[in-house]
Amino acid sequence: MSDASLAAATPAAAPVQPLLEVRDVDKHFGPVQALYKVNLRLTPGHVTALCGDNGAGKSVLTKCIAGIHQPDGGAIVWQGNTVHIRSPRDASRLGIETVYQDLALADNLDIVQNMFLGRERLRMGGLLDEDSMERAAAETLAGLRVTTVRSIRQPVASLSGGQRQSVAVAKAVMWNSKLVIMDEPTAALGVVQTRMVLDLVRRLRDRGLAVMVISHNLNDVFEVADDIAILYLGRMVAQDSASKFDRQSVVQYMTTGGQLRVTDGGPASKTAN
Amino acid sequence: MADVKDAGLVEVQPEPAAVAAEVPPAIAAQTLGQYLRAWSVRIRSGDSGVLPVVLGLVIISVVFELISPRNAFFLPENLVNLFQQSAVFMVLAMAEIFVLLLGEIDLSLGYVGACGAVVTVQLVQGVTTNWPWWGAIIVGLLFCAVFGALQGTIISRLHVPSFVVTLAGFLIANGLMLILLLLGPFSGYITLVSSQPNANVLRNLMFGNIDPTISWIVLAIVVALLGGWFLYRDLNRRRSGLVVPPFSLVVIRILLMAGVGVAVVAICDVDRSHSLLIHVVGVPAVIPIVLGVLVVWTVLLQRTRFGRYVYAVGGNAEAARRAGVSLPRIRTLCFMLCSMTGGIGMILYASYLGGMSNNVNGGQLVLFAVAAAVIGGTSLFGGRGKAMHGVLGGLVIGGIYNGMGLIGLQVQAEFIVTGFVLIAAVSIDALSRRAASAGSAARV
Repeated sequence: MSDASLAAATPAAAPVQPLLEVRDVDKHFGPVQALYKVNLRLTPGHVTALCGDNGAGKSVLTKCIAGIHQPDGGAIVWQGNTVHIRSPRDASRLGIETVYQDLALADNLDIVQNMFLGRERLRMGGLLDEDSMERAAAETLAGLRVTTVRSIRQPVASLSGGQRQSVAVAKAVMWNSKLVIMDEPTAALGVVQTRMVLDLVRRLRDRGLAVMVISHNLNDVFEVADDIAILYLGRMVAQDSASKFDRQSVVQYMTTGGQLRVTDGGPASKTAN
Repeated sequence: MADVKDAGLVEVQPEPAAVAAEVPPAIAAQTLGQYLRAWSVRIRSGDSGVLPVVLGLVIISVVFELISPRNAFFLPENLVNLFQQSAVFMVLAMAEIFVLLLGEIDLSLGYVGACGAVVTVQLVQGVTTNWPWWGAIIVGLLFCAVFGALQGTIISRLHVPSFVVTLAGFLIANGLMLILLLLGPFSGYITLVSSQPNANVLRNLMFGNIDPTISWIVLAIVVALLGGWFLYRDLNRRRSGLVVPPFSLVVIRILLMAGVGVAVVAICDVDRSHSLLIHVVGVPAVIPIVLGVLVVWTVLLQRTRFGRYVYAVGGNAEAARRAGVSLPRIRTLCFMLCSMTGGIGMILYASYLGGMSNNVNGGQLVLFAVAAAVIGGTSLFGGRGKAMHGVLGGLVIGGIYNGMGLIGLQVQAEFIVTGFVLIAAVSIDALSRRAASAGSAARV
């Protein structure tokens, strides 16, 4: 709210403008309306947690941003300009990288090969420039303080779950990305591995990237998120700074939609918190 | 160099076997001792690389040497014959590896290649078209490439299983081959054994011998260039602090390469004529041809973007797609290259047979090609395999074929033995996959 009024007062104040804004986005698949007029703001240097129950539309919204789906209505605004993201390629050209839950790593390739998949560097003559790719991959991993891997030439099949997640994140941030979307980054990870991944998320934020984390795990959400956005049955029912929520209110928004659906309990619980 | 080794010794901690098993020993070890230890752990966990096929080769050779009459297996003339017999299997297996890497299969390979070979052999015939040999080869291979690209397009764009599409291709190509054979005044048997120079060039692809002096010089140049390049690359990477195998291993690899080269040339330079009047010496032309195919396809698969995408599609097609790799393009290209390489293999086969006729059994050859690739260490499930595996597996199949001939056993025994070897090879493949997935599951 304050951001918007400030921006209105001084249009030149670029630093406070959101990196990405989703405005009134609709998406339906045949008769099924997956998103209704969804609004979302992602700011640089902020971790935004996107919460919602199964079927709330988290993945659809993510895929609209990542270029896999095209919204049927509304607009996506990137650094103040309306953009049409028609493919994952378009998204990465803008600086949007998505780390999917399945991580999309090829087990038979090594860490360097995975990190550069699709964007290999070539030497003269069209051959792969392995040395330069290996050096860049090592630098990126060191920059994110991912130091537990034995060798960056080992196949991804030989990595632990947390290490794989780290490789997937490193792959995403390698390309001067400005927004990293992570889908359930800590699902199926143990305690130590989860800590490793959450630290990584914080490091991305400290570098000034906008991070959107999709998570079911409220522990993780409250540990790492600056902002929380909650989807309920395709509607964005709340988006605010994480300090404005507590566990109970988030659960209530996720399961009942907060004030939208529950006429009495919703707003009451929100004001109570 | 000593610094690197010492640092390695201090830093590397003993690791649980399960983890060590999946990291290639070449990158986990700093010294040769560590390498050997890591290697043995890996073999015990099921992922054995080329070791089983090399062992298998040794066993096959020794057994046939012992049981063949007059211990004929290791005679130079037989070994040269073995190279020539294996060459076709090797090239066909290298062809099949392109699609096996994607987790697909090409059953039409034998007959599509045979069609290409018939086209080539037809075109050089003096009494009809009388094309130059190179033009005939280009058109023959082009035919195969187009056929393969069509199959690949149907498979990748319409999402029809490759098994079915190439089974149809197998039948179509078989029919086409018979039609092509009957063209011209040759009543279905088109020979390369003639005085016609272009036909002779094709015949000499298999049986032409390279002068011993030239072969030694070429060998020396190739070994020096390759060895020098390996050393240069290794030292460069070492200087930049990149991941490198132990230095002694690099040296051993270069020496091994040189040793094999010297042995092959030496064997080929023994006079294999049984007459005192004629001398038959020299490296058969087919050896450099097969090596050429091996080198070009190895570079393509290991060092280019296309090759990287082939492995990525075979390992995780979805990951490759999200990385912006066009799956239909890669798949179509692989089927095209597979059929084209099959064409090379079958032109060599035509050269070996001295012509083409309807006796060519493309169905059996394609099964041998798949068997050779898998015996060599290529996975049927995609993502794992190298052109080199085709050469090693082809040598095994050729060795069985050759040895069975030496001890006077007929084709039925050869089929049975090859079948058992294939079962052993796929079992090793399945076991190593199970060991690998059990290892990953334990660490999630």
